[in-house]
Amino acid sequence: MVQVLDLPPVLPNAQDEEAGASKFCPGCGHGMVLKTLAFAIDDLNIKDKTVFGCDIGCSLLSWNYMDVDSVQTHHGRTTPVIYGVTRANPEIIGIAYMGDGGGLAIGAQHLVNAAVRGEKMLAILVNNTNYGMTGGQMAPTTMPGQKTETTPYGRDCSVTGKPAKGAEMVSSIVDPEKTYVARATVSNLRALRKTFKKALNNVQQGGFSFVEVLSVCPLNWRTNNVDTWGRLKTMEEFFEVKEFVSREGLEG
Amino acid sequence: MTRTKIALAGEGGQGVQSVAKILVEAGYETGKQVLYIPNFGVEQRGGVSIAFCQISDTKIGEPRYSKADIVIMLSDRAIDRCTTYIDENTTVVYDTSVCTKKPEVKCKKLIGVDANLIANTELSARVFNIIILGVLLEATHVLGLEDIKNAMEHALGKKFDAKPELRELNYKALERGMNLLKEKAGV
Amino acid sequence: MVNKLIKEDTKMFLTGNEVLAYAANAAEADFMYGYPITPQNEIMHTWCKLLPKTEAGFLQTEDEISAGFSTIGGILAGRRAFTATAGPGNVIMQDAMSMAEMMRIPFVCAVMQRGGPSTATVIYAQQETTLTCFGGNGEGYRIVYSTAGHQDLFDYMIKAFNTAWKYKFPTFILADGYQGKMREPVMLYDPASRGITMEKTPAILRSGVSADMKANHIRNTFNLEEELMEELDKYEEEFNRIAPEIEEYEEYKADDAEILIIAHGIVARSAMTAIDELREKGIKAGLFRPITIRPLAVKPLRAACQRAKQILFTESANGQLARMVLEKIYGITTPYSTLYKMGVGVTGDDLVQKVESMVKTPAAI
Repeated sequence: MVQVLDLPPVLPNAQDEEAGASKFCPGCGHGMVLKTLAFAIDDLNIKDKTVFGCDIGCSLLSWNYMDVDSVQTHHGRTTPVIYGVTRANPEIIGIAYMGDGGGLAIGAQHLVNAAVRGEKMLAILVNNTNYGMTGGQMAPTTMPGQKTETTPYGRDCSVTGKPAKGAEMVSSIVDPEKTYVARATVSNLRALRKTFKKALNNVQQGGFSFVEVLSVCPLNWRTNNVDTWGRLKTMEEFFEVKEFVSREGLEG
Repeated sequence: MTRTKIALAGEGGQGVQSVAKILVEAGYETGKQVLYIPNFGVEQRGGVSIAFCQISDTKIGEPRYSKADIVIMLSDRAIDRCTTYIDENTTVVYDTSVCTKKPEVKCKKLIGVDANLIANTELSARVFNIIILGVLLEATHVLGLEDIKNAMEHALGKKFDAKPELRELNYKALERGMNLLKEKAGV
Repeated sequence: MVNKLIKEDTKMFLTGNEVLAYAANAAEADFMYGYPITPQNEIMHTWCKLLPKTEAGFLQTEDEISAGFSTIGGILAGRRAFTATAGPGNVIMQDAMSMAEMMRIPFVCAVMQRGGPSTATVIYAQQETTLTCFGGNGEGYRIVYSTAGHQDLFDYMIKAFNTAWKYKFPTFILADGYQGKMREPVMLYDPASRGITMEKTPAILRSGVSADMKANHIRNTFNLEEELMEELDKYEEEFNRIAPEIEEYEEYKADDAEILIIAHGIVARSAMTAIDELREKGIKAGLFRPITIRPLAVKPLRAACQRAKQILFTESANGQLARMVLEKIYGITTPYSTLYKMGVGVTGDDLVQKVESMVKTPAAI
């Protein structure tokens, strides 16, 4: 017997319902990350203080996802736009939402310097080990041996170096007393929500937060559900999922 | 001539720009039109330092000129750099106690002074540039001694207050420079 | 709210970079983002030195890319923010300037030109004229004021903020290393004393979006070609419509000029020196100086070119302004000659000699 769901899905208050269906590819992790972020914003009741900025790449599709004032920026440039906003108005909780490239390649210098300066903002880096929107090229995070359009025979680390580890890098350069750094995964959204809450609480206390979220890209990975999940699990072994830096008494 | 164009050139550290600043500050305070461009290439530290100054009774147009009315050259390298600003209407002053060569230029007047030697033997090495300021003052005749003294007070007043003998030393250097040119001008 | 330092007319003897910092304060700019590059550093030095009095904000960023984009952030948050740069910094800041152009952000930047291409000299040039007007991957929906000295720097820096916020096109002060580093007298004043009201700077990205307010989503990406063209057609129409309100130019003895010098910025001042000398010699020379390089004041420009017997383009660049002008005077057959000194100042003497040679041997182009 077929049961028809006639109840609308439960949407977080911080998600813009007018935006309609997600524009991400079927199976993409971005929707999960964004929805979890929106719930975390609801939990902390900070929607009216939040400004959201997204990068170019797949993350650009989140430009009207949140029910907060949002700016779609430019390749790699979300971090400086958002710290430009929060420097100008420190009351604002600024979120910069980006992918592997925006955080670790084209926009890496901004992430590094925002972390060093302890900019009052949350940088979210969604790591799906490839450049999705441009058609699946190698990212700084592409796994050893992983096939992409620019590593069609698998990533050869002797040529390209080893995958970049964002959370580890950021942890090593921040002021631990004012920073929150964690790596989370879309395989555990409950934990992700807690991580986002801690990260946002740290920003509310005037600190810099960085959350790397391991995510999936079945379209470019060319994987079915089972393999997608399997690859995510492999990633979780390679990229350690944990809190790297957290100030004392931070609530999540 | 309502506009006087001055090029002052020396080695970094000789105090060329400080002298230029005092000069143009004095011009500004007396209500003249002044324009000063410090040379600020990547070689500004340790290279030839040139100050382009203009003092005028009327509005100054061009910020940089082709030929100067007065060129002061305080080193061999300054001679090499500044020959381009000299023509038959230019008064050229160079320091014979620093430069090892005589500028080979066609000019209105070529005057050698030994300001560096005088500074070291009679006054203090620190006031070398102030002697040059005196030379410049005498060479231009566009500003009075009091105007320059006021501008020096503006620039160096704090140092003078801390060490009053410095004021005397600087005044002496200034006058020594002016006399130096008066003596030479007759030659 | 920033504290204004200049409350009554104050004559000062400053470098151009200092003038720009004072002008920004007079315009009630309250945040500067910047990255050091010669010859514009003293803008931020002065800005920083004045901070305890002005209570404005400052951020030294990691590069010009971030200076440009964080300035955009500050503007979006409702600050009258600005930045300044030069040479290679102007090149990489085009990334942000393009975004400001696309998203109609009232971006204000002072460009103190230095020699190019690349690192070249830190001193002086007019080689960023094309870049400042048309840099980026767009059409140059920008407003560019080319200044010719310290009073201009003060007047037009104030005006730049109002132009940017009124019309929402990125607005530039195009000056150079000479203007930045040289010292000359300037009259500083409170804009209100000249009847200038500063445009309001409401936040585009607001905090405190309440339940009954619709969230503001601003975008930089379009899905369809037609969507983009529709938007840009609007920009084009608007830019052309407002151009007459923005265009500015200066003529010097141009009415009866047989030889018309066309020059912008500091080179125009050398032209004036030359024109006075040439007139004494009985040569009828004159100047047309576009103050807005973009948009150009096309009508008066064409009229002046039409009147003259010969035109002389002169720049501290290889004809960057001339290319823009030639396009706008299409159809006018007045012959022209050129005196270009790439990255080097043009002196009055240079121009006197050149014009005299044009009297002897008229231009053939």
